[in-house]
Amino acid sequence: MSGGIEIPVRVVEIEQATATVKRFRFAPVSGEPLPPFSSGAHVVVLMPAADRTIRNAYSLIDRAEDGSSYRIGVLRTPQSRGGSAFMHEQVTVGTELKITMPVNLFPLVHAGRKHLLIAGGIGITPIFAMAEELRRTDASYEIHYAMRNTSSGAFVDELRARHGDKLKLYRDDFQETLAVDAILPNQPLGAHLYVCGPAGMIEAILEGGREAGWPEENLHSERFQAPPTGEPFSVRLAKAGIACEVRGDQSLLEALEQAGVDAPFLCRGGACGQCEAAVIEADGELVHNDHYLTEADRASGAKIMLCVSRLKGRELVLDL
Amino acid sequence: MTIQFKQETFRDDFTFSNSPEAIRRFPFPFDKDEYMYAVNIEQHMPGPVKSPFEFPIDIDEHYVSEMRDRALVLKEDPLRCQSLPHMITAEWDLLELLMESMAKNYPEHFTLTRDGDRWHWINRPLGIDQAFTFGDVSTLPQPPMEYVTRQCQGDFALLDQRLDNLWMDAGMITTQADWSLDFDIGMNFMEWHAPVPLAHDMGIFERALKFLLNLQQGRPVRRLNWTMTVNPRLDTSPENYHKWGADRTTVTPENVGDKVHLRVELQALWRLPRSNAIVFSIRAYMIKMNELVTIPKWGRRLHRVLRDLKPELADYKGLTRYRADTVAYLAKHDDGAPTSPGFFPDPE
Ligand code: HEM
Ligand code: FES
Repeated sequence: MSGGIEIPVRVVEIEQATATVKRFRFAPVSGEPLPPFSSGAHVVVLMPAADRTIRNAYSLIDRAEDGSSYRIGVLRTPQSRGGSAFMHEQVTVGTELKITMPVNLFPLVHAGRKHLLIAGGIGITPIFAMAEELRRTDASYEIHYAMRNTSSGAFVDELRARHGDKLKLYRDDFQETLAVDAILPNQPLGAHLYVCGPAGMIEAILEGGREAGWPEENLHSERFQAPPTGEPFSVRLAKAGIACEVRGDQSLLEALEQAGVDAPFLCRGGACGQCEAAVIEADGELVHNDHYLTEADRASGAKIMLCVSRLKGRELVLDL
Repeated sequence: MTIQFKQETFRDDFTFSNSPEAIRRFPFPFDKDEYMYAVNIEQHMPGPVKSPFEFPIDIDEHYVSEMRDRALVLKEDPLRCQSLPHMITAEWDLLELLMESMAKNYPEHFTLTRDGDRWHWINRPLGIDQAFTFGDVSTLPQPPMEYVTRQCQGDFALLDQRLDNLWMDAGMITTQADWSLDFDIGMNFMEWHAPVPLAHDMGIFERALKFLLNLQQGRPVRRLNWTMTVNPRLDTSPENYHKWGADRTTVTPENVGDKVHLRVELQALWRLPRSNAIVFSIRAYMIKMNELVTIPKWGRRLHRVLRDLKPELADYKGLTRYRADTVAYLAKHDDGAPTSPGFFPDPE
């Protein structure tokens, strides 16, 4: 959804948790408490790089009881698109950033009978919050945390203090391997499994679950939704004779509104159909992110929903 | 602004009526002269001053009497309020949303003070003064959803989100238009909408569900729905059909203006922060035909909408028996003049 709420925050603490992981504590610039969130949620951090705004999603580790801060953990990745490098190199205590409202695409199934939390490496960040919620609500759970070596376990001490022997560690340097067929047997009916970590690990765990006969709906993995942005392109309104640029971090609808066009909308989320526009020409590929158009509409290439969809290409000409 | 709360009834002698101000602020649901289902969802942004959209939660002159009616319904039938055990966090989220909103926008009537998890709530119209610990059920006289919704106008359903669907796992439903929480509890979005005609084939529920699964914290949405009710009865539940079903046969050309009510539901949806659940509020507003026609645009428009309504919708909404009498009454208030676009009355 475009035009979400952004919250200005200030970095008030940075902890070098391991050689490659830093933990950041954000405080609200306004002093208004940061909203509570449900465990498994993430925020998108907006980083003002020299040439563009970088947007990366990071799971929330925790929130101070009084809403005075959030924590996130950031792994420095070698193949970083700039986000983790920015966080590790440019951000210092006092840096001001913006974050979005929390969004949860990896929620606990509250009706579940038991919860198996499985984390690899930096995948521990959402799992950390989920484990805390399960502890607080006296639910039944286990944490399985795999890491390269003891010194790369960014959260071991805090986890051990809170969860005692519900926490099982798997350290490569101790030849301990997390084997899904050792975890899954003897779990009660109605148990749910949650995994977050490197892509290969997620696949292996989910596959193991399926082989063990677990229903698909009891297997959960973190999936980050790409922030609702794309590449910039130009748009021209044939009837109104207006042309403007759509920035990468802006929706087509927002760009038209900025250009003074009073375009119709209701939901701004691709469902209601109000913002449908007829395409006259598209120099590129239409990227349909809505739930409104039918397959046939899409195939025709003649319609686009202004609030969420865009062009991957140079110029779009609309019958407006 | 201090609201003058009315003493009135929604049963037995039916003394409910709207003041002239309440008529002018009525959420008339038709923006054109015809009606069909659509995904009519929009952002729940603050609307015009004094309108029912001015604040996220609308409290009006019927507040005290509606709360008394709710208490009567619950006394006879406690199953109108139900919550599955995993919804307790959502219940606290709801309590926070309602108390915060009521205290912020109606400070003469409600006050909330928070010191960490020690909260203090004052509800002056209902004479309630309650200190409690947020998150500790034992410090309130009822569970949090029941406690706060006995003090807030509108029905509320709490939806748990899992398996890419929404599940009706809790609610306080005492002012419903012929559906039952006790029947729907535990059902998902598609299941509880199954009885609705035409909309499934139009793809309305599929789109609405996909939209709602992405609903974001801090970005509530709303929609209007409508039906009609004979006598100003809030509790038109299937459980009590034996009490009100026969009312539909009592409409005559002489009493239409007083007996037949347009009933509009202002429905709003919020993503709740701690639970990731969604709350669906259903706030019912009623207006008598003879109150409605005091706004000439509304009289003309409702006549045309009702006259041309598809029979499937009229049947589903239960209007069929008294539709002709109501259309005939409204016809006298429709001179055929064009109506302006939009919901609001024309300036005088
Ligand atoms: C998630 C929150 C929602 C809940 C809890 C809910 C619940 C209900 C219920 C209980 C009914 C009555 C069904 C019956 O006859 O038993 C109903 C009717 C209906 N709902 Fe929803 N609904 C929700 C959201 C929506 C949304 C977002 C739409 C958007 C289009 C929608 C459209 C309708 C329509 C068109 C009807 C028929 C109403 C009439 O003709 O009077 N609902 N809903
Ligand atoms: S505004 Fe609703 S689909 Fe675009």
